[in-house]
Amino acid sequence: MSTIPAPRVTIRGLRKSFGDQPVLHGVDLDVAVGAVVCLLGASGSGKSTILRCVNQLERPDGGTVHIDGDLIGFRPDRRRPDALRALAPRELRRQQADIGMVFQSFNLFPHLTVLQNVIEAPVAVRGRSVARARATALELLDQVGLADRADAYPRQLSGGQQQRVAIARALAMDPKVMLFDEPTSALDPELVADVLGVMRDLARAGMTMLVVTHELDFARHVADRVAFVDEGRIVEVGTPAEVLEHPQHPRARRFLAQLTGEPSTDVDTRAVAS
Amino acid sequence: MSGVAGPVLLDRRRPLTWVSGLVATALVVALVLSLARNPAMEWDVVAEYLTTAQVLDGLWLTLWLTAVVTALGFLGGIGIAAMRLSRNPVLQAVSWAYVWFFRSVPVLVQLLFWFNIGYLYPKITLGIPGGPALLEASSNDLISATTAAVLGLTLHEAAHAGEIIRGGILAVDGGQAEAGTALGMSGSRIFRRIVLPQAMRSIVPATGNLLIGTLKGTSMVSVIAVGDLLYSVQFVYNRTYQVVPLLLVATLWYLLVTTVLSVCQYYVERHFARGSRNGLTPTPVQRARRALTRARLVPSLGKEAP
Ligand SMILES: Nc1ncnc2c1ncn2[C@@H]1O[C@H](COP(=O)(O)OP(=O)(O)O)[C@@H](O)[C@H]1O
Ligand SMILES: [Mg+2]
Repeated sequence: MSTIPAPRVTIRGLRKSFGDQPVLHGVDLDVAVGAVVCLLGASGSGKSTILRCVNQLERPDGGTVHIDGDLIGFRPDRRRPDALRALAPRELRRQQADIGMVFQSFNLFPHLTVLQNVIEAPVAVRGRSVARARATALELLDQVGLADRADAYPRQLSGGQQQRVAIARALAMDPKVMLFDEPTSALDPELVADVLGVMRDLARAGMTMLVVTHELDFARHVADRVAFVDEGRIVEVGTPAEVLEHPQHPRARRFLAQLTGEPSTDVDTRAVAS
Repeated sequence: MSGVAGPVLLDRRRPLTWVSGLVATALVVALVLSLARNPAMEWDVVAEYLTTAQVLDGLWLTLWLTAVVTALGFLGGIGIAAMRLSRNPVLQAVSWAYVWFFRSVPVLVQLLFWFNIGYLYPKITLGIPGGPALLEASSNDLISATTAAVLGLTLHEAAHAGEIIRGGILAVDGGQAEAGTALGMSGSRIFRRIVLPQAMRSIVPATGNLLIGTLKGTSMVSVIAVGDLLYSVQFVYNRTYQVVPLLLVATLWYLLVTTVLSVCQYYVERHFARGSRNGLTPTPVQRARRALTRARLVPSLGKEAP
């Protein structure tokens, strides 16, 4: 590589256990400013946990996450130079507000309308006026193709529409990075394309994105880098061409073969069919 | 209209519905007649006292005591539930201990305890422990019978309300609070704006039961001479010895208020069910009309859903 773009997200040595079950064993990953990184891997390999450690929905047991050079979730301890101390809630919230997250199950607020869903955090967290938050929200809803559904309740929308509202809700906070955790896995097949389209537009507009997905086409055409997660480690990382067409790690080969429905022995030599 | 008109489809015959209806009606008629004809009921006395000033004063006290205890109890209950669900182990333990204690001690015992607090603590002092007293008052001045009633009932109510609210909160999908956290919202904002409104769906029905229980529970304050509905009819029959008709007076009022509360509960539940997956079930009025329509007792209104 000739020029190394400035990293927006830097993950180093991330470790996490649930009880005595280790889930992440030291994950290293960089996401450059404006880059899209896709995480692939079998169910249970730890992809969601990586995202949830980035925005501190889970507190890591070890390792660090930096965003634009700021340590996330922790600060140096005053007494112990070798230790980090968890942040107070107020400081943590300020960091979380800058990290957008889109969940597999949307998690829209069902008792609030689409517009109220989108303006809730900008008003409550950023202290914006309702009028200004409303104007921004309507722009964002237009951007995701739902300007006419601002007054609907989430249950009145299809899954694909709900997920696009969820994207608009996260964008309304002007995040530095967007985390997507299998955003299309809960959708009927015919609704997937709309959501992926919104994400592609977002990537083109320069948003920094870390995306867990099984959509190989999206990874191939939109991602700058693809990382393969296996049993809590990133075992392979590279350009989509490298990782998707010529996977080196045996687990990555088998996984991709399963996704594309090809016998695993042929995968290393052939282009993966879409 | 389209297609060929096929045979008319009828519901299956339901003879048991009719038989059980007839039996129930007969039983109710018999009961009402026996009550109405029983001279010991002294219905003329019931009518005489039903709306006397003393009884209405008692009813008024019962109503406002119920309202105050419910309002304060739920404020406290929200705090208790929030403490129990917080991550702070001290708050959790305090909340658990509170609920344990106030659910265990009978309300009657508590009322007597608060009423007699003067024996235990003759003086109540406000100040720095070990330091000078800022305020000092005699317990009996500070805690009147009415205060004791409000205190005892509220402490008990808060424990139950706390459990109801906690149950409602646990029924809300955890992804809701997570979405709020990921947006940088504060815990209290998430609680007020996101979780609590959704918890209301399961809180309201249980609250209706608690409210009706509280209404009747206020009758216990008569033991500490607070002039509620029960106390005022007791006051009368201690003088006139017309025990049965005066208890009937109180019963009729309790029935009436409970009926009003039940109807309110029904419609509040419908309000919070709005926009939910199950949609709205028809009200009893709508259902009765439909049943009658089906039985062809009234003409169909045309566009009603089956
Ligand atoms: N909150 C949790 N408590 C206990 N175990 C968990 C929790 N979250 C995830 N796990 C476990 O951690 C492992 C990785 O989970 P996850 O990160 O969700 O995997 P992925 O997203 O790749 O499917 C799984 O074995 C899962 O059962
Ligand atoms: Mg996952």
